[in-house]
Amino acid sequence: MERDSSVFLLGEDIGEYGGAFKVTKGFLKHFGNDRVIDTVLAESAILGAATGAALAGMKPVAEMQFADFVTNGFNQLINNSASIHYRWNLPVPMVVRLPSGAGIHGGPFHSRNPEAWFFHQPGLKLVAPATPYDAKGLIKAAVRDPNPVLYFEHKRLYRHVKGEVPDDDYVIEIGKGDIKRPGSDCSLITYGATLHPSIEAAALIEQQDGVEVEVIDLRSLAPLDKDLILSSVRKTGKVLIVHEDSVTGGIGGEIAALVAEFAFDHLDAPVKRIGAIDTPTPFAPTLEEYFLPNREKILAALKELAAY
Amino acid sequence: MAAAVKSKRERSAVSRSRKSAEPHLAKDDLLQLYYYMRLTREFEDTIVTLYRQGKIVGGAFSGNGNEATAIGSAYCLNKEDYIFPMHRDLGAHFVKGQTVRNLMLQHLGRENSPARGRDGTGHYADPLLRIYGNISHLAAMIPVAAGVALACMLRKEHSVVMTYIGDGGSNVGDFHESLAMCSVMKLPLVLIVENNQFAYSTPIAKQFIVERLSDRAAGYGIPGFTIDGTDVEEVYTVCKQAVDRARKGEGPTLIESVTMRMHGHSVNDNAEYVPQKLLDGWKKKDPIVKFEKQLIEKGILSRSIQEELGKKISDELDEATQFAVKSSYPAPQEATVGVFAE
Repeated sequence: MERDSSVFLLGEDIGEYGGAFKVTKGFLKHFGNDRVIDTVLAESAILGAATGAALAGMKPVAEMQFADFVTNGFNQLINNSASIHYRWNLPVPMVVRLPSGAGIHGGPFHSRNPEAWFFHQPGLKLVAPATPYDAKGLIKAAVRDPNPVLYFEHKRLYRHVKGEVPDDDYVIEIGKGDIKRPGSDCSLITYGATLHPSIEAAALIEQQDGVEVEVIDLRSLAPLDKDLILSSVRKTGKVLIVHEDSVTGGIGGEIAALVAEFAFDHLDAPVKRIGAIDTPTPFAPTLEEYFLPNREKILAALKELAAY
Repeated sequence: MAAAVKSKRERSAVSRSRKSAEPHLAKDDLLQLYYYMRLTREFEDTIVTLYRQGKIVGGAFSGNGNEATAIGSAYCLNKEDYIFPMHRDLGAHFVKGQTVRNLMLQHLGRENSPARGRDGTGHYADPLLRIYGNISHLAAMIPVAAGVALACMLRKEHSVVMTYIGDGGSNVGDFHESLAMCSVMKLPLVLIVENNQFAYSTPIAKQFIVERLSDRAAGYGIPGFTIDGTDVEEVYTVCKQAVDRARKGEGPTLIESVTMRMHGHSVNDNAEYVPQKLLDGWKKKDPIVKFEKQLIEKGILSRSIQEELGKKISDELDEATQFAVKSSYPAPQEATVGVFAE
């Protein structure tokens, strides 16, 4: 925002209040009310207005207060933002920030991981950082991208993950994954909040069984870093895909298909997937814990794969 | 007479301004409006002919009955203003500077059309002319238009954004969300509801029970007017006041323009559900015939000008049709190009 005066924020409660998660705390005072705009409670209008402002040469960053509420503006993203460049040959440089994910006892309407709905739509870029370093590099890349970028920020990571963030101006290229832990026995492909239990499970299985798991953090979901996925799988011959979104119709399915199509000859075991169970997000802690993937479930799956 | 407004206050505001500072249309303007109206109708007739000859893929829509609304409203705009027309607003494209040739290419889906064959009809954008076409979810363009208006406000430009919706489309959430946003932010938007009596086959009695669709403006604390959508001068006068108001930073206006969809929803719809009596009644108010009569009575339009314009229009249409028919479709592999901006 300091660098480019055409960047502005719009969303519900983002100004005076600083956002439901205080992500934009202090922004209003610093940038003024032409750059930080509290809107009416109307997600379709917010996303449509961001699209229009982008068409007119601005770089809007729209916030969905919770990722769950993006359903109210779904049509704008699918039929306008995503398809305008193809149809009209005009860039739509907009970012939508989507505080997503479960594990905070938010119940069915404040816990959603909606990335797979948008993954199917050509014309959208999707990113899901899991570390503070990547969060900064990806938000800068998203703002500078000439396309609509959906930026999924997992709510539980706001307070549960800490890490170094350099002061300098760096970007992380959209479409590039990152090997967060190298290994040669199994590829664990993940993104977002499940990166952390995945790394823990990888450390445990190494301690317990000496199995070396390579943990790939996709960081970008669209475009997918197919080269990184396939080169890792060709090296290890075993694949576990982990995401917090529910399994059926999740992005893991596409990754599994990619592996089956292009690295079948290298596989030594069936591709495994771990995600939330196929239900709405339940509220009670016991139910939510059962619903979500966790370190133990990931470790058990890794052990199964290691046995092949 | 644009008297049908929600409140007495608004009504008197209109009648006052009509007496004092009514936007003035000179003789040349009136002839220009007449030209655009005829060009639009004859263009659409040509499209139907091409459709029947199998030269047009997809559908074809007619704005017959809507010419005065589309053209009178668009005529209020400057070059710097933005327009988001719908499928029955072909004339608005011409007014804003689009060529007959480009629109013909669009309808025929050729590689050299503004949308490069990616989409047809008015579904294209021309950023230089500041024309942004509709998508089929018509109301979905209102928030986008609002966003352009927001950009204008943030950059302190004095451009105005004009957009349209139908009687049916005014029930979609985007209509209401946009008015909520534009009213609170005082965005420079003029929203015209083309009440043409039918949303596809559904009559307005099944779409709303307010007396006038402009009554909905009151729900957003903005001015609302209902106008005779077959009277191009009235359309211009009221829309111009709304445009001026928006340009001054006073916020959005909702205008209901009452007219009739004289043909079916698309060329594939014979509209048997429309009572003949209703059509006969509206036929007497044909916007072009009515305007022509007025211009002749005022001594502005003569038979020779009429013929001259007729010749000019048919030449333009012939040239554009020949050019478009000869133009190629995009190469098949072009389908893969342009999902993302580089």
